[in-house]
Amino acid sequence: MQAYLLDFTVAGLGLILLLWEAFCPPVQKKNIGIAAAIGLTAVFLVLQFANFSPETDKWLERFYHHDGKALFFKSFALIATILVLLMSFDFAKVLNRFTSLDNSNTNTGEFYFLPVFTCAGFMWLASSIDLVSIFVSLELVTISFYVLVAFMRRNVGSLEAGVKYLITGALSTGILVYGIAWLYGATQATSIEGITLALSNPDLHKPTLLFGLALIILSIGFKVGAAPMQLWIPDVYQGAPSPIAAYLSVASKAAGFGVGITILAPFLASDVTRESVSMVLFIMAGATLLIGNFAAIAQTNFKRLLAYSSIAHAGFIMLGLAAGDYSKVAFYLATYLVMTFTAFFILGLIRVQEDSDEMEVFRGLAKRNPILALTLTINLAAMAGMPLTVGFWGKLFMLQDAIAFAPMWVILAAIIGGATAFYYYFKLIKIMYWEAPEKDTKIVLPVISRAVISIFTIATIVFGFTAQPVLNMIQF
Amino acid sequence: MLLLLPILVPLIAAALMLVMKDRAKILGLAASAITLVTGFFLFVNSSCIGTKTFFTVLDDPNITFSLGMTGISAVMLLLSVLVTFAALWSGKCPEGKEALWYSSIMLIAAGANGAFLSRDLFFFFSFHELALIPTFLTIGILGRGDRKAIAWKTTIYLALGSLVLLAGLLMAVQYGSGFDMDSLQVASEKQICIAAFLIVGFGTLVSLFPFHSWAAPAYASAPAPVAMLHSGVLKKFGLYGLLVVGFQVAPEGMQYWVPTLLVLLLGNIIWVGYVTINQKRLDFLLGNSSVMHMGYIFLALAALAADPTRTIAVPAAVLLMFAHGISIAMSFNLADTIERKTKTLELNRLGGLAKKAPSLAFLFGLAAMASIGLPGLANFAGEALVFFSGFQNWDYSEGLGNVQWTTIIAIWGVVISAVYMLRAFRNTFHGATASSTEEVKDLHWCEKVAPALMAAALLIVGLYPNLLIKKITGEPLCSSSCSVPASTATNTEAPKH
Repeated sequence: MQAYLLDFTVAGLGLILLLWEAFCPPVQKKNIGIAAAIGLTAVFLVLQFANFSPETDKWLERFYHHDGKALFFKSFALIATILVLLMSFDFAKVLNRFTSLDNSNTNTGEFYFLPVFTCAGFMWLASSIDLVSIFVSLELVTISFYVLVAFMRRNVGSLEAGVKYLITGALSTGILVYGIAWLYGATQATSIEGITLALSNPDLHKPTLLFGLALIILSIGFKVGAAPMQLWIPDVYQGAPSPIAAYLSVASKAAGFGVGITILAPFLASDVTRESVSMVLFIMAGATLLIGNFAAIAQTNFKRLLAYSSIAHAGFIMLGLAAGDYSKVAFYLATYLVMTFTAFFILGLIRVQEDSDEMEVFRGLAKRNPILALTLTINLAAMAGMPLTVGFWGKLFMLQDAIAFAPMWVILAAIIGGATAFYYYFKLIKIMYWEAPEKDTKIVLPVISRAVISIFTIATIVFGFTAQPVLNMIQF
Repeated sequence: MLLLLPILVPLIAAALMLVMKDRAKILGLAASAITLVTGFFLFVNSSCIGTKTFFTVLDDPNITFSLGMTGISAVMLLLSVLVTFAALWSGKCPEGKEALWYSSIMLIAAGANGAFLSRDLFFFFSFHELALIPTFLTIGILGRGDRKAIAWKTTIYLALGSLVLLAGLLMAVQYGSGFDMDSLQVASEKQICIAAFLIVGFGTLVSLFPFHSWAAPAYASAPAPVAMLHSGVLKKFGLYGLLVVGFQVAPEGMQYWVPTLLVLLLGNIIWVGYVTINQKRLDFLLGNSSVMHMGYIFLALAALAADPTRTIAVPAAVLLMFAHGISIAMSFNLADTIERKTKTLELNRLGGLAKKAPSLAFLFGLAAMASIGLPGLANFAGEALVFFSGFQNWDYSEGLGNVQWTTIIAIWGVVISAVYMLRAFRNTFHGATASSTEEVKDLHWCEKVAPALMAAALLIVGLYPNLLIKKITGEPLCSSSCSVPASTATNTEAPKH
């Protein structure tokens, strides 16, 4: 079986749902989301258990290749999308409120099928081996995100986020195309294979190549939220609907790193460019670690805090990317998915019940819902990289890569950044346990949120003890 | 399997406490009694128990969950189970907080025991971190005074210290041969950097000058059992780590940093010593004195680093770690009792307690004397050996080297501790009774159990220090029925040269 059939299936699923919404819209718009989730789960199962031929058909050979890395990033995209849909169900109340005057769900139909298109983009991206197909699939992802970020059209924050994301996203796209053009000029190729060949050519004009590459790295930095392209993240995350912020934070970042691995692997493997590329990446990683962590200290809004923490995590992952340790990058992303979605699920349900993302609504959570407080404590400890949670393994691997390859100041930046992380994550733990609650009303966990949060918390602890099962799943 | 008990029993007890909140104290006592017995048994039979690998956690780099006993870890485990039992027995939990109170003690105990028993760097580090979380939480929730700010400061200090330490350990792993603590070795050119990271990392955890300012307020603010466990047991993790990891990984690196270390430890002994003299509250005084006494143990480590053939240094350091752990835990325990009886720890508001509570005075006096280093009590044996180790292998024709000079200056510290301890004792127990001490009754038998246990430990080890030293230097004590091959039972703590 050809792997691209699955990608087409997902895109087709999106189109069918779109037509359903357009021509015979269901009364309960959620049904679209349920159909999407079921469809994507089916695709996920096929992806895991079907046998795919390693050779792509002739007509697509130049653009598309299915391997262990593609399998990982496709599974990642599918899981993330399914989780986003699940989160949207519990989040529907807020969504309805900000899309129609009468709090009905009439205007939310698109919200449930647009992620399917995004997912199709992610899946195609995971297999792309040509700068052109990378660019096209990346655009599919970004354009659907433009809509999703600004989806709560009666909320000023969401609109502001949409505009900011549109402008910065368009800029980053421009930079990427420009970079691709320079790279093509230097290597006469757009396929990764062709570029790899060109790198061993002694007549290569290095400055042209490096300039093009620098632009591409910048644009990847935009996707993953690495300094100096991290500025859009806090505002966009804060304004976007929580499920979409989680989607951006997890899937979009993973896609950025996936593209980063695809494009940069030949450069990190070639003697001509290895040193300069990895040095640039290490410098970006160090700067990202410092900026993300230090800026997070002052936050009072939990969603914004998660935005800065996602920048900080990007800094850690960059260390692995710069060291060329791709399977550990994938490992970190997998743990990051578990931790971030747990946090966003909790954030989402607090938002629905308390109508606020501010950290002060977590005051005295330990008294209002002790289990939820304990869960969030475990989650935050994992994000901070506390040993015996899954978050520690990622940091351990990245620090190991840094120690092996990075300059000393980057190692120190990682240490300082890591310690700062304890400060701002523990600030929330402190608020939950040390401060008295403002109201006594209990916080109720909806079924879906409860299931996801419990499963992920158990995973956080179990895989915190041993990381090997996760690493065994990552085969590249 | 026996090796798992000191870790698993407290963990299970802590988990059960969350469910059965009313039975928390009984559960805790049962669990700490089991660990106490297991700890004793393991201590006696430590030389028969080799390293046991339970399972592999990660293939590349190879990380295993393996536990084992060396002479040093046997002594540390004994210290840990003793103090845990005493802390659990003596602490008075505020109404309605039983689950948090007792489960924190259990988690700290599990973390400390795990750290001392681990033979893999990953778990060695992780278990210590596990013990730190309940420390922060209890200080923040149940502490006294400016608890939130203090817990915060402690968190930041220790988090930064731990990460520096983690970087040091990872460097040792990267440039060495992996996470297995029995085969740590690093090429000499990398050692200086690694040693610097380890000294700062472990040093922050042990409150080495100038990274010490978190310690005294934290102990003063923490609930008594947590102060006992942290100052008595958990803080020794840093010293234990320097001894079993630092000296194995980077003996030459440690040697390079000896002059710096000497200056810093004098900071602990002299600077913090004078700070201690100036304290107005008993809990701050004890907290600072515990920081000060770390200087002596660092002196033994510096002596060892400067000349690896100093065979006294390791037993000296470990003996003093044990003695200090017991004596400081006992002091915090009794200070808590004093506070409960008089509602104050301000030295100038106390007085004349000896008349009202003679057994309290006797026991506190014993702890204070131990901390000064009175012969016959365990601390004396430790401190004397530390000073001897500074002069071991000394060639007098070469004059006094920097280690010897430091040792001579450090002896002044004994005078300093005598000054503040005796003054504290006088202000608290002698003189006219103050308004706060007039109604005080003597100790109930219940309140005597924990300090008596620790006093017995101080006396026994003080009168016969060989009990521990034989363990530490790893003399073959194993009986013929022992089935473990001799090679795994010999000591692994002597530094590799």
